[in-house]
Amino acid sequence: MSEQDKKQIDAATGVEVNAHEWDGIQELNTPLPRWWLWSFYACIVFALGYVVVYPAIPFRHSASAGTLGWTSRGELKKELASAEIARAATVKALADTPIEAIDPKSPLMRAAVEGGKAAFKVNCVQCHGSGAAGSKGYPNLNDDDWLWGGNLKEIHATLEHGIRQPGDDATRISQMPAFGRDQLLTAAQIQDVVSYVRLVSRQDPATASAQQGAKLFADNCAVCHGTDAKGNRTLGAPNLTDPIWLYGGDRASLTATVTNARAGVMPAWGQRLDPVTVKMLAAYVHSLGGGE
Amino acid sequence: MSNHANRTGKAGGLYARRPDIFPRAVDGFYRRLKWAVMAATLAVYYVTPWIRWDRGPYAPNQAVLVDLANRRFYFFAIEIWPHEFYYVAGLLVMAGIGLFLLTATVGRAWCGYACPQTVWTDLFLHIERMIDGDRNAQMRLRNAPLSVTKVAKRVSKHSAWLAVGVLTGGAWIFYFADAPTLLRAFVTGTAAPVAYSTVALLTATTYVFGGWMREQVCIYMCPWPRIQSAMLDERSLIVTYKDWRGEPRSHGIKRTEGVPTGDCIDCNACVQVCPTGIDIRNGPQLACITCALCIDACDDMMARIGRPRGLIDYATFEDCEEERKGAPPVPIRRTILRSRTFLYFGGWAAIGIAMAIMLGARTRLDLSVGQERNPLYVQLSDGSVRNAYTVKVRNMETRPRPVRISIEGLPGALVWDSLSEESTAAQSLTLTVAPDQVERRRLYVRAPRTGPQPADFRFRVTALDPQGGGDDDAARFDRPETLR
Repeated sequence: MSEQDKKQIDAATGVEVNAHEWDGIQELNTPLPRWWLWSFYACIVFALGYVVVYPAIPFRHSASAGTLGWTSRGELKKELASAEIARAATVKALADTPIEAIDPKSPLMRAAVEGGKAAFKVNCVQCHGSGAAGSKGYPNLNDDDWLWGGNLKEIHATLEHGIRQPGDDATRISQMPAFGRDQLLTAAQIQDVVSYVRLVSRQDPATASAQQGAKLFADNCAVCHGTDAKGNRTLGAPNLTDPIWLYGGDRASLTATVTNARAGVMPAWGQRLDPVTVKMLAAYVHSLGGGE
Repeated sequence: MSNHANRTGKAGGLYARRPDIFPRAVDGFYRRLKWAVMAATLAVYYVTPWIRWDRGPYAPNQAVLVDLANRRFYFFAIEIWPHEFYYVAGLLVMAGIGLFLLTATVGRAWCGYACPQTVWTDLFLHIERMIDGDRNAQMRLRNAPLSVTKVAKRVSKHSAWLAVGVLTGGAWIFYFADAPTLLRAFVTGTAAPVAYSTVALLTATTYVFGGWMREQVCIYMCPWPRIQSAMLDERSLIVTYKDWRGEPRSHGIKRTEGVPTGDCIDCNACVQVCPTGIDIRNGPQLACITCALCIDACDDMMARIGRPRGLIDYATFEDCEEERKGAPPVPIRRTILRSRTFLYFGGWAAIGIAMAIMLGARTRLDLSVGQERNPLYVQLSDGSVRNAYTVKVRNMETRPRPVRISIEGLPGALVWDSLSEESTAAQSLTLTVAPDQVERRRLYVRAPRTGPQPADFRFRVTALDPQGGGDDDAARFDRPETLR
């Protein structure tokens, strides 16, 4: 112990040996270079300066402000403002151009589709799904079957005024009678109509029930859905001959539809979003592959 | 005794002051070699960004350009895209193996001649000598009281060092933007802030590292001295003091007195010229960067006292031992040709050749296809099924290229893109990809309801210009499991 208290000098190098010893190997007490010390001091000074200049010290409900007044929120605000300036020209062009007049291959349309994609993720995915594939009662926006028309202008009109949206005079309304609930048809007649619809949509073969259903269809349904059952877009009446079904094409779903009718609702986005965003949404939905 | 104690200052204490080093000017073969290497490396550094290279209207005309904003690297005729960054990784591996090769062959030649720290320190030392004079004058000036001359000399020395620093940092930024444009913007104060901050930072580091830190960077900061001891073996060239010839030293002893003396006259010339302040006569050591200035100094001295040159010389440890036993000195070239250097050279060359072959064979038109999975497929009103794909066509040539995208192996399939109507669906579609750009398109493929589930097929891109070429990528087509 007492040996370690004394300063030992290594004979070969003339440098002091410190007290550490491992298996007879001792460590030279080589001093650090002075520049290292000064670098360390410089780091401390830098850190102190940083604490003064930038927000650094957490208090109970806030943090120290820093003399520069810099905040990450302020930085974000600045970046948002500059992004706003950068897209101002595009936004103006979109506001000035009617949706159907935008050249489909132009950069403006590409910008509109990208903007619509972002707006769709915020406003539309709750009902139509993130891939716009919809689900029962919520139309698949990728397919080529459109209740109210699938060109840019019609999509835009549907988006702007909504479906059965109160408070919008131009909203799109289709009213299918509740044939069963309102006792317009008996339960047996409804089954005959369903048989006929299953026949025209090539899901079931011709039967006696379908034959009776054909007459019932002509009397009750053809007004809206057409004598050929191919629907009518001005009335929002779906095409019943294709394999695409909003509420299902199986017997049970069709029976429920004819008995109680269907009346889905979509908000009038013209009331909630700015006109440019609605246009961008229309462009995006049109670009999904089913646009006409 | 030793130099080590001198190096670390007074024993004891936690922090050691840097001992002042005033390397004396020296002339000789290695000094001239050092001048030549310095001139060559500085010329490469300063001139490279100013070389022009005509790439046509769609790409910059600077031979060497790191275009970070557009993520392109230009190196003469070679253009590197970010996804080809493995070429840079390959160059770094070659640099690493090259350093091994150099070290195993000629010792720390990199450190002594080509390392930027050495080159700029050497430049700074030269500037110092031009202003303050050589070693003795510098020492006198250090000890002299403050005077107008001293202040003037100090101010001009540090100004010159700072000027070199500005030029160093100033040259660096030209690698990252069009040099003439940037120079004009830089001088008129309209360049990007990052240009000014880069120059400021590099000025500061050059001034501090070249003027103040010098050998301390090599001794304390650089990892290579630690690694190089593992790279050296008894057949590597190092700067050695032949103690069997030099000892005992004959300082102050007349050779005629009959006392046995070696060739070393203890004149300390080798210590005075050393830029890292070591005494090579203490044997190989970490702080030696093998710049060989001590060889020049010693050879000069040996010539004066009429003894053969080479008391301090480049030699391998093995040859040194042979020489001690009486063998004649071995020519330097012998150490270069041996299995270890061949091995390193083989690895180095293999990577270089592989990269050259890859560069020559790489296609400049590239296709990648990603299937949209949300939704996986769409049922269409006529009963057919549609899938969507995001297709990226990279045109790595610096001119626009018309290409055709077609489908192979999916019977009855038609394709169209999201910018067109479905009525344009056809078996292929053509588009023009802008020069040096990636064209990203959403493509729709419609196929009959029946068929394998899933169906594997390929997209193919074919260049329609005379140069031709193309690429293909696998994709799959999904259909509903059950008939609705």
